[in-house]
Amino acid sequence: MAKYAMAIDLNRCIGCYNCQIACKDEHVGNDFLPVAAAQPTFGHFWLSIEEREQVRNPSHIKVTYIPKTCQHCEDAPCIKAAKNGAIYRREDGIVIIDPEKAVGQTGLVAACPYGSIYLNEEKQLPQKCTFCAHLVDDGWKEPRCAQSCPMSCMHFGDRDDPQSAVSKFLAAESTEPLYPELGTKPQLRYAGLPKPHLSGTIRLADSKECAAGVKVTLAVPKGEKRETVTDAFGDFQFDNVSKTLYAIEYSLEGCQKQSQALKIEEDITFLGEITLKME
Amino acid sequence: MKYSSKDEQQFVNCTLSGPVRIFVKHGKVVRILPLEYTEPDDAPPWKIEARGETFTRPNKAGIACWVQGSKQQIYSKDRLLSPMKRVDFDPNGERNPQNRGVSGYEPITWDEALSIVTGEIIRLKDKHGPSSIAVTGSSHDSWGNIGYRMSALERFWNLVGCTWIDHDPDSWQGSYWGAIHSWGFHWRLGQPPAFDLLRDTFESTEMIVFWSSDPSTTSGDYAWNETDQWRFHMKKLGIKFVFIDPHCNYTAVLDGDKWIAPKAGTDVALALAIAYTWIKEGTYDKEYIGTHTIGFDKWEAYVMGEEDGVPKTPEWAEGKSGVEAAVIQALAREWASKRTTLAGGGRSGMGHVMRSSYGHEWSRAMVLLMGMQGLGKPGVNYYSTTGGAPADWDFFFPGYADGGIAGGSAGPKDLGPRGFPKRPTASQIRQRINRACLPECVINPPVTWRGVYGYYGQSAQQQFTECTFPFPGYSEIKMIFRQGASYIGTMMETNRFARMYRDPKLEFVVNQTIFNEPETKFADIIFPVCTNFERNDIGEWAKISGYSNKLSPTNARVVVFQQKCIEPRGLSKPDYQIFALLAERLGLKEMFTEGHPDEMSWIKRMYEVSDLPKVISWEKFQSKGYYIIPPKMDKKPTPALRWFYDQRAIDIPDKPMSVDRPTNDEQGMSRLSTPSGKIEFESQTLKMFDPNDEERPPVPHYIASWEGTESTEILKNYPLQLISPHPRFTFHSQHDGKSLWNDEICHHRRLIDGYRYWVIRLHPVDAEKRGIKENDLVKVRNDRGVVLCAATITERMLPGVVHSYSSGGGYDPQGEPGVNTTIDKGGTINQLTSSRFLSKNCAGMAPGSCLVEVEKYVEGGK
Repeated sequence: MAKYAMAIDLNRCIGCYNCQIACKDEHVGNDFLPVAAAQPTFGHFWLSIEEREQVRNPSHIKVTYIPKTCQHCEDAPCIKAAKNGAIYRREDGIVIIDPEKAVGQTGLVAACPYGSIYLNEEKQLPQKCTFCAHLVDDGWKEPRCAQSCPMSCMHFGDRDDPQSAVSKFLAAESTEPLYPELGTKPQLRYAGLPKPHLSGTIRLADSKECAAGVKVTLAVPKGEKRETVTDAFGDFQFDNVSKTLYAIEYSLEGCQKQSQALKIEEDITFLGEITLKME
Repeated sequence: MKYSSKDEQQFVNCTLSGPVRIFVKHGKVVRILPLEYTEPDDAPPWKIEARGETFTRPNKAGIACWVQGSKQQIYSKDRLLSPMKRVDFDPNGERNPQNRGVSGYEPITWDEALSIVTGEIIRLKDKHGPSSIAVTGSSHDSWGNIGYRMSALERFWNLVGCTWIDHDPDSWQGSYWGAIHSWGFHWRLGQPPAFDLLRDTFESTEMIVFWSSDPSTTSGDYAWNETDQWRFHMKKLGIKFVFIDPHCNYTAVLDGDKWIAPKAGTDVALALAIAYTWIKEGTYDKEYIGTHTIGFDKWEAYVMGEEDGVPKTPEWAEGKSGVEAAVIQALAREWASKRTTLAGGGRSGMGHVMRSSYGHEWSRAMVLLMGMQGLGKPGVNYYSTTGGAPADWDFFFPGYADGGIAGGSAGPKDLGPRGFPKRPTASQIRQRINRACLPECVINPPVTWRGVYGYYGQSAQQQFTECTFPFPGYSEIKMIFRQGASYIGTMMETNRFARMYRDPKLEFVVNQTIFNEPETKFADIIFPVCTNFERNDIGEWAKISGYSNKLSPTNARVVVFQQKCIEPRGLSKPDYQIFALLAERLGLKEMFTEGHPDEMSWIKRMYEVSDLPKVISWEKFQSKGYYIIPPKMDKKPTPALRWFYDQRAIDIPDKPMSVDRPTNDEQGMSRLSTPSGKIEFESQTLKMFDPNDEERPPVPHYIASWEGTESTEILKNYPLQLISPHPRFTFHSQHDGKSLWNDEICHHRRLIDGYRYWVIRLHPVDAEKRGIKENDLVKVRNDRGVVLCAATITERMLPGVVHSYSSGGGYDPQGEPGVNTTIDKGGTINQLTSSRFLSKNCAGMAPGSCLVEVEKYVEGGK
């Protein structure tokens, strides 16, 4: 039996919203019993997009779009909260809300820590993503969201099959769950979740010109050392820094070497303008 | 991918953003998918290998979200399902034109609707002649070469006679009115070709400067999400992306290495300072200047300050643009030291700067900057990363600008010689109207403007024509026949259009359209049209032809037999059939149809005259629904301007006309189509036209906007600059304002108190000054209009500049339509933009120059 999972490459996601709308196209107006009753026309986001806007510095803003469906958790709080077996996990790992048994169990909306269950007001039915189980059961290789993605950044398939799209992606890329602290063992994994970021811009003291080619070294005491070089604009950046104590050093031929201790506490650290003096 | 068949039928169709597969059950659409190219007989993916990496063609179409949501559009509550008559319109009695936009409608039969319309055509032609009827279609109609406006609409009205309301290059005004005078390409309306530039960029480019360019948003217009994979690959190859835009746009937040934010309307100052730095530091291609350009000394004199005593230093530009001098200098140095490509405008045109006051000066400055760096050298191109994919352009299939059944052609005349149609039509009425000043022409003639009649791509000098309306002895406008309904939403100072429709001079207004859109509500008679999913047609994805000949913005050339998936909803009909019925009543049936019994017969004929029969049978094409034309990957690439760089005969698949060069031998063919055959720093056409034109002098100048950072008086009341580029989550007005699923995208509309408001973006500093918080309802206003919007507060804006997309389709006046103080709840941003042209001799729109105030909206408050 397959074990379905999905991995999403956020580094490739362009925020086109095709996935969100493909989900509606599949489910609005269409009953796919017994796995899903029709989705209301508006207000449900069986796939929603969480956006993180990182203002890294005044000349560098990065937006990460995070498509978010039911995480099909192995340890799903919604299954525990459901009465009468209204939410169950199929052998292939897909978590399904039974469109009949779940009627009236409106409290299930709050049971999902990811906020992925929506209430169908008219039917008094909690509803969510099914990984398009009705299509998967019929031989489709991927759910509608993944099919519609122009960047092909959603990798779906059987986790136990090393040749599946998801297995290949997981083997090749570093991925992690969204909000791992919730501890629900989700079957969705992400590459490219935003990380703490450090940047600055360097100028030459006398001319005020942008200092290109400055070697910037970032080091933790007795440990990791990372290096970069400023670009033409004197800008430098380190992505995925730790919230810890670093020493940062700037060196450019003909200039006085500068260094400072740096304690990173925020998700975004912009050191502002750093001025290098001539030797 | 294997698709379920069960009891569902599958169809293929083509939309404004690509080919799709439609699943239908019991006559109702179940789902719509972007088409995959995975059938065994589909063309296999091509590959480009460069710098140790391989790019492989994606195996499906990158459609837009608003096409992914087509089902909701097909079944929209705003579909017109019956012919309608305005309740207080009586063609034989009171017409009540003053109530247009306010009165309700009653359904009538097709017979009644057709009788009224043909009756009015006959009456007006009899009394005033055909010039009394003004006709136009919407720019981006539903897809299909037979049904398209340049096809069916034009054939019918060319046979009846009318005053055509002209379309102009309004998405890339600056190129048209400016760049043409620097590098020619008038037959491409000033836009550069992009042949094989995808490969050239992969192979050789080190940096791309995206200047007023957001390709992830505007892409190759109809290509939509096709090109994002290309840019992702460019980043993988280490190509640096710099963005210059007061909005940290949607491409910049994905891929940007640097965001530089000049104040709106100061971009030319920035460009001049870059040129200054290059001249000062000697970092431009002097040899190329000598061999490939003329007039550099005049440009140098202006840049260095010899002409006017003002050297255009980075410090000077900082004073104008707010961009730090050190950053301008660093950009200039990096640009000169790397193989840099310039993406000036989205496709090769979109972006707000080109559509701003004196946008032609910027477009010319952009060409000249590239002229200083050896334009055409490997990796040094003018290219927006939205075209130039591998394609076989020897294979003929027409685009919409080839004229369809009308037999006209905006550009190369490729279809006619193949015998399609048998008898081409042409307008017999010389009087024409520039759509941007249509309201003035209707309400208050005479009107004059400097511009073009008819097709814009004939010559560079064509745009110097002194145009006037009405022509001597011709009629004023008594009737408007409108196909589609996008003026209210896309045209500047939109209240003018509402006033026009309510003017008693207009005796009769017809709207033939799919949806009950804002402009539709100003008609007397409404003809309901079905969508492209409800009729048969034929078309190639994103294929414009003509003025955008062979653009290659998609990963595959996909020619689609657009299969009718469901019956037309309600009483709606295909455009073609409506014209055929009107033609029959006017005694023109045979002339209109050429004896074709229906559209299918025309479709088959178009198939026959194309190159399709060589590769796929009619039966197979009909049943499969598409054919992918494989590119010839073994053919030597011909990058867009390499021939010019190499000074040899033009070798790209798009040639200028013979009149554009002194001879057609090798030497003639190696020239650009400027008078000198070179890049002109000093434009010879402008010099001949008017050497003293201070709004468009022979050498491009920085000219402060008439509504911008230096407009002291206007700024007192309206201190914020509004930019309104092409929208990201809709295309024109028809994909918005109809309770569609894109309404739920937070960048597009916001749900506040049960109403979905259009979004405006402003910087936290500007918001705080005004006490505005995220999701607050705000009034955006100036003397031209008042629009309610939902505020998005973001550091992606430069302080002092606000951003809201154009082309909303939700016009919802809370009072008398057309009155500048009436509040619009629907987000028609173009109510606020000025109808003033780019400059006095350039009759193109300039919505990018617009000052407004934004304030928190309190219902019932002031």
